[in-house]
Amino acid sequence: MGDREQLLRDIGIADFVLTELVLYLDTHPHDCKAMEYFNHYNRIKLQMEKEFSQKYYPLNTRYAESGKEWRWGAAPLPWEGACA
Amino acid sequence: MWSYEKRLQFPVNIKEPNAKLAQAIISQYGGPDGEMGASMRYLSQRYSIPYREVAGVLTDIGTEELAHLEMVASIVHQLTRNLSMEEIEKSGFANYYVDHTVGVWPQAAGGVPFNACEFQVKGDPITDLMEDMAAEQKARATYDNILRLVKDPDVCEPIKFLRMREVVHFQRFGEALRMVQDRLDSRNFYAFNPAFDKCESCDDKPDCGCDK
Repeated sequence: MGDREQLLRDIGIADFVLTELVLYLDTHPHDCKAMEYFNHYNRIKLQMEKEFSQKYYPLNTRYAESGKEWRWGAAPLPWEGACA
Repeated sequence: MWSYEKRLQFPVNIKEPNAKLAQAIISQYGGPDGEMGASMRYLSQRYSIPYREVAGVLTDIGTEELAHLEMVASIVHQLTRNLSMEEIEKSGFANYYVDHTVGVWPQAAGGVPFNACEFQVKGDPITDLMEDMAAEQKARATYDNILRLVKDPDVCEPIKFLRMREVVHFQRFGEALRMVQDRLDSRNFYAFNPAFDKCESCDDKPDCGCDK
């Protein structure tokens, strides 16, 4: 697995933890421990997404800022497979 | 509103096409218990929910279902990629192919097109959440049926992930239902539809504490 694939996979892992925490916190809003986990993984995920967008391609238009050209359109599509 | 992320919720990387399997799995795209129905059900039901936290559960699960819809479409797309004419004829894919080539179109495994009658918006929170819990179990059972047909681990892993999410969503909807019932009269939950009826003391003081 290349560096790009590894980073994309790590983002997916952090995002999955966050998805779980969002749904859990929706029905357990007073669980401080879960809230701490959310804050922790959310910071990690945002940082990894920013790094990924700078090194490879933007995963969301909020990371599409660029000095030269528009990179969003040329980015690989998720359904292409091969951990694009 | 929504914001698109250019990645799948769980990786899908299928190397071997299998048109026969694609025809079964497409049911989770546009079939009776598929992800299109799931996402539209929760995202449509939330408007009549009078409790913000419960509408939040429907929004967040409905949003995750859109990510699942994209995963199922990716599985179908990759299973029908680079098919030869011979494979299309041999695998019984010709009927689908004649109308859609190898595009992804929402239909059930049996060919029935997606229809909004796959789900309901009753405008009654208990009724809608009960349907949502049943829907998660029906989708879970469909994924179990699919898993009995799948031999390829590249297909198995994302399907197992999707199956697992149905179980989690069932749990969360159960909690959301409890949140609704906690606000109602436990002697008769059905005496009052909080999405429609007004409590008597609401007329005198809007902040009567009935949570409406």
